[in-house]
Amino acid sequence: MSKACKMSSSDSVVLPSVRLDHQRKRNNLRKSLPWLIMAFPAILVVFLFNYLPIYGVLIAFQDFMPGDPVISPLTRWVGFDHFIRFFNDPQFWPLMKNTFLLCIIGFVIGFPLPIIVALSLNALKGKKTAKYLQTIFTAPHFISLVVLVGMLTLFFGRYGLVNNIVASLGGERFSYFLENSAFRPLYILSSNWQDFGWSAIIYIAALSNVDPGLHEAAILDGATRFQRVIHVDLPAIMPMISVMLIMSIGGLMGVGYEKALLMQTDGNLGVSELIATYVYKQGLTGIPNQGYATAIGLFNSVINVVLLIIANTTSKKFSETSLF
Amino acid sequence: MSEMKSFWIKRKSGDRLFYALNYIFLLFLAVVILYPLYFIVIAAISDPDAVLAGEVVLYPVGVTLSGFQKILERTDVWQGYWNTIVYTVLTVILSLVVTIPAGWALSRKTLVGRKALMIYFIIPMFFGGGLIPFYNVVSSLHLVNTMWAVILPSILSVWNLFMTRTFFESSISENLVEAARIDGAGEFRIFFSLILPLSKAILAVMALYYAVGQWNSYFNAMIFLQDESLYPLQLVLKEILIASESTMGGSGETILEQYRLANQIKYVSVIVSSAPVILLYPFVQKYFAQGVMIGSLKG
Repeated sequence: MSKACKMSSSDSVVLPSVRLDHQRKRNNLRKSLPWLIMAFPAILVVFLFNYLPIYGVLIAFQDFMPGDPVISPLTRWVGFDHFIRFFNDPQFWPLMKNTFLLCIIGFVIGFPLPIIVALSLNALKGKKTAKYLQTIFTAPHFISLVVLVGMLTLFFGRYGLVNNIVASLGGERFSYFLENSAFRPLYILSSNWQDFGWSAIIYIAALSNVDPGLHEAAILDGATRFQRVIHVDLPAIMPMISVMLIMSIGGLMGVGYEKALLMQTDGNLGVSELIATYVYKQGLTGIPNQGYATAIGLFNSVINVVLLIIANTTSKKFSETSLF
Repeated sequence: MSEMKSFWIKRKSGDRLFYALNYIFLLFLAVVILYPLYFIVIAAISDPDAVLAGEVVLYPVGVTLSGFQKILERTDVWQGYWNTIVYTVLTVILSLVVTIPAGWALSRKTLVGRKALMIYFIIPMFFGGGLIPFYNVVSSLHLVNTMWAVILPSILSVWNLFMTRTFFESSISENLVEAARIDGAGEFRIFFSLILPLSKAILAVMALYYAVGQWNSYFNAMIFLQDESLYPLQLVLKEILIASESTMGGSGETILEQYRLANQIKYVSVIVSSAPVILLYPFVQKYFAQGVMIGSLKG
């Protein structure tokens, strides 16, 4: 690259600058053409499966029937009717509450756990043991959602392991999957079980870059290992923590509805129905109500973007780390 | 002097306590992770009556392989298995074709419109059309109820694309590329004969990411496929594993009987479906971890 720059700057001595500019642009374009061809399949895939759906969001403002083109002379525009209908839907507040609570509680538990695990693994004396433990901790990440929820039903079903143990101790069997109260704990604990090890990897990587000199200095100052975790290790991964924090706040309202959908039963629908699962049901099952469902989905995406921007600007103000 | 000494001793014993507690904490987590996996295995090879009676807790009781025999007879499981293998292989091939060259292109600093392209790829990370417009796009491309509905939308993850770009930026020397250029190699030649052989690590990481993603996914298959002969393994499993309690009719004895028959198949199918990924995982773990670290360079 540096070579190319040099060549064009030596040209500029000979040529008038306007012509040079033009020629350089054409030159650059010619040189970039192979790269643009290499990038083309990716551009196309993103256009088809990401940008066309963004265009398709227009049906949120239409009286839309499945199979209609997004815009045609016959399109009936209804403005914000679907949104107003959603705000007045008796499901609106329960959906907001369910989505929000699941995300917030999940976040409060799920965000610090990987950090604690990473710090803890890093403070372990035996590096080999730490490697083995990390392998164990990461394994559940590769279990599919279907299998994970299947395992949950096996363990917490009415005749599953947990109930069997409770019953053998003389307790009452409890249908975890049919009760509202059990949904959030099961959902959040199983998510953490599955992913804390995976999420810890990024912090472990950051911790491996901590300057050993800092630790040596701290030891000379008489710091205990625990004090070093708090005053050396933790500050070292702070920038990484802020980045992850911003990202997870941006995704706060976009929790794994695929898992919630799998865990839903008639018994726990009162808390397991989320905005996204409601969108799925309104739009793709029964008598589809696509304009309405799209409006609800759009409402959810807008909340996400707003949350992300708020998190990003706040972080920029207080800690100088930001995504953009 | 003795004060100093007692200070060091105190610190040492404080440290010892910390190390011990830390160790116990991590061991506890390891047990929490491993026990459920272990239980699935021992429950799968135990007598289903013993499992249902709660006798199987720490070791298998009345070892039998009848569950595995039963699953061998389930043609839907093996059809699903085969479909998943086909979908996964095709997804991996196509995703590498799409992701790797694009990642290389985006890593070129002199690429015309580089910034605009980056923004083009970043926007979908934070904003999307949502489920229904996505469904309608796939439907208008006439992909519904074909395997391409499951494959094509998964062949590019923008996250993976950026990871690939970061890999190229940080691990391919510009001098090398420039030397090849001076020798008269074209950009395609450079990419195929020089860059690709140097990119085995990122190829492995990407192949694994996409493969695990496709192997484990069910949602797109659920909304796009009606024909049961097209179902991937996860969708078949969903029907085996998650027949919810509310859909199980009857009461008392009949429920118990249904449980007895169904649960053994469930334990076995968890093993059969997760075995390839879990068994492969320790060997490829370093690649996965590498992937996360490549990603973190950017952050």
